[in-house]
Amino acid sequence: MNTLCRDCLWTASTPARTCASCASRRLVSHPELFALTIAHVDCDAFYASVEKRDRPELADRAVIVGGGVRGVVTAACYVARLSGVRSAMPMFKALKACPDAVVIRPDFSKYTTASRQIRALMSRLTPLVEPLSIDEAALDLAGTQQLHGAPPAAVLAGFAREVEREVGVTVSIGLAPNRLLAKIAAGRDKPRGFAVIGAAEARTLLAPEPVRLLPGIGPALARRLGQRGITQLAHLQALSDREALRMLGEDGPSLCRRARGEDARRVDPGRETKSISAETTFDTNLARVEDLERPLWHLSEKLARRLREKEFSAAGVVLKLKTATFATRTRTARLPSPTALPDRLFEAARALLVRECDGTAFRLIGIGASQLLPLAEADRGDLADARTPRLAAAQSAIDELRGRFGMGVIGRGRSLR
Amino acid sequence: MKLKADRATLIKALAHVQSVVERRNTIPILANVMIAVRDGRLTLTATDMEIAIVEDVAASTTRNGACTAPAATLYEIVRRLPDGAEVELDHPGGDAQLALRAGRYATSLVVLPVEDFPSMNAGTLPHKFHLPAVTLRAVIDRTRFAISTEETRYYLNGIYLHVAEGEGERMLRAVATDGHRLARVEEPLPEGAGAMPGVIIPRKTVAELRKLLDEHSGDVEVALSDTRIQFHAGPVLLTSKLIDGTFPEYERVIPRDNDKVLRVGKKDFSDAVARVAAISSERSRPVKLSLARDLLVLSASSPDQGTASEELDADRVKYEAGPLEIGFQARYLNDITDQIKEQVEFLFSDGSAPTVVRDAADSSALYVLMPMRV
Repeated sequence: MNTLCRDCLWTASTPARTCASCASRRLVSHPELFALTIAHVDCDAFYASVEKRDRPELADRAVIVGGGVRGVVTAACYVARLSGVRSAMPMFKALKACPDAVVIRPDFSKYTTASRQIRALMSRLTPLVEPLSIDEAALDLAGTQQLHGAPPAAVLAGFAREVEREVGVTVSIGLAPNRLLAKIAAGRDKPRGFAVIGAAEARTLLAPEPVRLLPGIGPALARRLGQRGITQLAHLQALSDREALRMLGEDGPSLCRRARGEDARRVDPGRETKSISAETTFDTNLARVEDLERPLWHLSEKLARRLREKEFSAAGVVLKLKTATFATRTRTARLPSPTALPDRLFEAARALLVRECDGTAFRLIGIGASQLLPLAEADRGDLADARTPRLAAAQSAIDELRGRFGMGVIGRGRSLR
Repeated sequence: MKLKADRATLIKALAHVQSVVERRNTIPILANVMIAVRDGRLTLTATDMEIAIVEDVAASTTRNGACTAPAATLYEIVRRLPDGAEVELDHPGGDAQLALRAGRYATSLVVLPVEDFPSMNAGTLPHKFHLPAVTLRAVIDRTRFAISTEETRYYLNGIYLHVAEGEGERMLRAVATDGHRLARVEEPLPEGAGAMPGVIIPRKTVAELRKLLDEHSGDVEVALSDTRIQFHAGPVLLTSKLIDGTFPEYERVIPRDNDKVLRVGKKDFSDAVARVAAISSERSRPVKLSLARDLLVLSASSPDQGTASEELDADRVKYEAGPLEIGFQARYLNDITDQIKEQVEFLFSDGSAPTVVRDAADSSALYVLMPMRV
């Protein structure tokens, strides 16, 4: 049994209750502790933690980050979670569960900055960092022991300390032999956690868990599995590939392998961004093109900005609408040439929108890039189009001004309407 | 209405009109051809509401009248009649069926009322001029390949015909572009065209007109207004709406200062392009032109299939400027060289700028090609 102190990074090859060096009780013990190399890092209630960091007076209050009366909870701090608030919960429900919560409108630029800081700290540990979202990443520290002079477990504990000190938020770390188990481990000891799942116990540890624990099993699939009497991972573990294929279809065997804690995915730092989009939920339902155009323009600007930040362009656009009765409609259109300009994204999405406006009331609108291409291929104009390159030049100027003086310094006239 | 016509005459006219008829039509009568005998003259009319075609057909007529019958069916029937057959069409009027007899063959076709057949009103056409069919044919052939099919820029879906200031004199000019290539053809300004507005002739009209020109020599009378154009070619009168839009200011994209000149035989070049391009079925893969003094190397590669290259040197290529590499889509190159007789002249600026292509012996046509990245 190996032991690590998460406060002073003291290590021992025996189990212990308190650290022999600093007397801390924050110890991790596990037989495979110093052999495991795959980690999953997840920031704790990320947006809420950033807000609390900036407003220390809120430290003990329930903080919910989210927007508007009709909005949803984007993030809830652990105090709010005690009252049952969960992210993605409609705001009115959250406030019913936790009436004295402080609701803060999200400020994404702040979160992006914090996320970049954390990612920079990660990249000091290993080049194999795969960001999974703004507040999550998978890391492979195999072969870094020589470099750091310490096993991955100790390096990760040091990293968690560093994030707390330098960024001011806490993270939870899962350490395991593969990505799936690392992710599951990271969720077992939140917040400020450090959990280890070894290869030896993975199967028995997962067996009694509900099927929903596996990433990729959502409510719909869980219901389908439930109808076949499969509620625990043990039920999936017991199936042979043949049975799995027969009962669960094409994805059955891989599902069962994951239920056994098997996962062959590598940590791939070059993993491509697959989609970029932006959406918003309205305070009151909207039905008319004129009313929907406004949020659509703002989202087009946002999408264009995200594309440009990540150096992508869109080969086509996806328009997403959610009706008052929660039915989702998505419509796509290919663009004649790739773009990262709000004007061209808006134009294409608006054409799709007009066809959907038949009096139906919508509660949400979204716009996405349907296929990502390099930014260099976008908006180059052609023999019949001299306007687009000029628009692109104007947009670059706007980007530059905003980068220097903030978003509010300049905007298109249409966004003032 | 009653008439007799020989099969060969009738089939030719039916072929013209039935190609205008929209096949997937939601308005039933638009699938029909109007057959009318007035004062001893037989005319066939078809329309898709954008284009109308009226053709005079030689026939011996015995009774005036008119009816409309399904164009495709009629065409198929007449096509299958034996050579030299004499076809009799007989419609007593009203809702009665149209009887078609030829030898021992007889058929009756359901008709739709003539009153429902849409007439396309050309309005007044103040501008009128004549062009030899062979000239019009050449103008179309050298521009139509560049017409765009893109729906968003509908104003590119046709040939832009207008009067322009050429080399010191006013010319009749036809331009088409899809953004990737542009074709510009000039002809001396015919009498009567001087005051015409610039018009965009839709792609389908161009295609129908081009078919008619295969069978017509002599002059074509062209008449137009801001919204309509009419071509009178022999017995056929083709009337079309024009695209309501503004053609882009294309003059600005035609490079003036491209000074790197390549001359190469048309056949040598286009054969080599076709051979090199055969390596990849992907249309978006460019053929690369690498140039050095009196040397042209064409090459292409496909990640799955390999690479191909071909050299054309001093005996077939003339190039005196500095080294250059540039890529184009093979089909775009061949669309242009197909229109060039012997010597192709390229005028390059650099590897990423629009390139001018011309027939070395004919300055009436000019092509511009956007390069692809190689």
